[in-house]
Amino acid sequence: MARGKFKNLVSTAIPLPMENVDTDQIIPARFLKATSREGFGENLFRDWRYEANGQPVNDFVLNDPSFSGEILVAGKNFGSGSSREHAAWAIYDYGFKVVISSFFADIFKNNSLNNGLLPLQVSDEDLVEIFALIDTDHQVEFEVTLASQSLILPGMGKTISFDINPYKKECLLNGYDEIDYLLNLKSEIAAFEQSRV
Amino acid sequence: MTKTLFDKIWDDHVVKQIENGPSVVYIDRHLIHEVTSPQAFAGLEKRGIPVFRPENTIATADHNVPTIDQHLPIKDKLSKFQVDKLTENCEKFGVTLYGLNHPYQGIVHVIGPQLGITQPGMTIVCGDSHTSTHGAFGAIAFGIGTSEVEMVLATQCIMQSKPKKMKITVGGKLGKGVTAKDVVLYIISQVSTSGGTGYFIEYAGKAITGLTMEGRMTVCNMSIEMGARGGLIAPDQTTFDYLKGREFTPQGASFDKAVENWSNLYSDSEAVFEKEFHFDATDIEPMITYGTNPGMGTKITGKVPSYGEMNKSVEKSLKYMGLEPGEDLIGKEIDYVFVGSCTNGRIEDLREVAKFVEGKQKAENITAWIVPGSKQVEKQAQEEGISKILEKAGFQLRQPGCSACLAMNDDKIPQGKYAVSTSNRNFEGRQGPGARTMLASPLTAAAVAIAGKIVDPREVI
Repeated sequence: MARGKFKNLVSTAIPLPMENVDTDQIIPARFLKATSREGFGENLFRDWRYEANGQPVNDFVLNDPSFSGEILVAGKNFGSGSSREHAAWAIYDYGFKVVISSFFADIFKNNSLNNGLLPLQVSDEDLVEIFALIDTDHQVEFEVTLASQSLILPGMGKTISFDINPYKKECLLNGYDEIDYLLNLKSEIAAFEQSRV
Repeated sequence: MTKTLFDKIWDDHVVKQIENGPSVVYIDRHLIHEVTSPQAFAGLEKRGIPVFRPENTIATADHNVPTIDQHLPIKDKLSKFQVDKLTENCEKFGVTLYGLNHPYQGIVHVIGPQLGITQPGMTIVCGDSHTSTHGAFGAIAFGIGTSEVEMVLATQCIMQSKPKKMKITVGGKLGKGVTAKDVVLYIISQVSTSGGTGYFIEYAGKAITGLTMEGRMTVCNMSIEMGARGGLIAPDQTTFDYLKGREFTPQGASFDKAVENWSNLYSDSEAVFEKEFHFDATDIEPMITYGTNPGMGTKITGKVPSYGEMNKSVEKSLKYMGLEPGEDLIGKEIDYVFVGSCTNGRIEDLREVAKFVEGKQKAENITAWIVPGSKQVEKQAQEEGISKILEKAGFQLRQPGCSACLAMNDDKIPQGKYAVSTSNRNFEGRQGPGARTMLASPLTAAAVAIAGKIVDPREVI
């Protein structure tokens, strides 16, 4: 489901320097009982964010008021495990528009792109630098421009360019929906079926 | 042009190639369940469109169902609503549903093969990452998100970029007490939890082709635990023998014709894989995991590794597991044993456990759950007398579903408790908040249930 056009943004970022963050951490299975796409942000990183008794875990980054922003920065292999799209919904619903990591799991990457959430892949070295920048100044702002595929690191005069499939980029920039695209192909699909009989 | 098995099936299903973009890939079989489909059906409703090819989609309820008293209304309100929603959607959109109490109900990746819905050369998707299981039949099968479930319902197609190909060869013969689960846990420990990302795997070699279909499914099932979308194995006589006479496989002369076609499904000898791994079966021992991703596994006689300078992620993982670097795994006391899931909830798994525990008693400190993968597995277990043997040994025999593999229902391992589990993921909280999961084979799980602690199954069989 398209979420409207992806807009460029300038934002502070929230660091989560853990590797292999799986989708069970992003949204635990027991919160997958809903039948709509909304409201999952409330339980984003539930078991890292809250104690069993519901009290916030003080040293978890989402509970630290000195961090805020629409960019989540995470360690490599982010989003591994279950195919639950609820993970992308939860991150988006919480208010993030971009996730930066040095490596994304495949299904998570697709799910994010299908929901207007940009998985922005940088090199391991750049990721270390980004974490260091945030560590030094929690209010540091990053600029993400999708059209030019650039991430500007503030105060360093450094621009990182990132890769994205050109087709997916078009979809995000224009808020296109892949289902609409496929629906327009129905006669071709039916012809394909006929050709295989 | 030489092609891999993957290329052959993929190329056969491309409806359209988008310039600089993904391929539009035709899907032969679509499996759906209650958790990842409601939002997709809602999308169709919003657009006011039907399911394009309802006969190619099969539904079941598995992830969010209780495993006791399935004949009674589901107690948990949200779960009931979700399962009811599936029934309502299937009725409304004309999709066949094997719901609770249907003789074909079960874990989606257990029933597909069991009913012969899964066949060689097909493209199969499901809103579940373990769809890779079906690759055991020489099919391209992979997990998808809910937006993609909606695409397939709406058009029987999906947009995908073609992955790279990886070949994993396991040569030689497996030793006594070493099973398919140990093979795949070993492979993941070598390739790592992300080493397969961007690839589709083909498994080959004598140790793979020597496995039964159920063993092959166990291996392909866990391809996603290396980050690979899927894994497949070229179909052979073992595959054809398994499929013959199943509910939805072609019958009689049509079957012979199908076998003729399926026999062309193999990688050409010169076919190129972007990445290859070679392993030797004699290096593989019974395996167990000690960490919080499936790549953190070791031979059962091994120790928790000492990681020189530990990074934060490993440190967090071992702290969560309550394990120290250098600690022996053998002798570690365990609280729960779970046998089930799409990885190891099939009849051969139950037989293996029953064979080992027959005439024995589970240890007092162990709570042992055994959850058949489907109603048909459950029935077969009863008919073969397996259920009685397991109950006598002190196992609690539950009704079919995903159960404690992801603990969406009440089957949760309590905080801080250790579970040796035949499932596929040892992530933090996967089997319940604070649960400490150690993945292993059904044989190892059975041995642990009797001993009450981690033992080398080879020492006790």
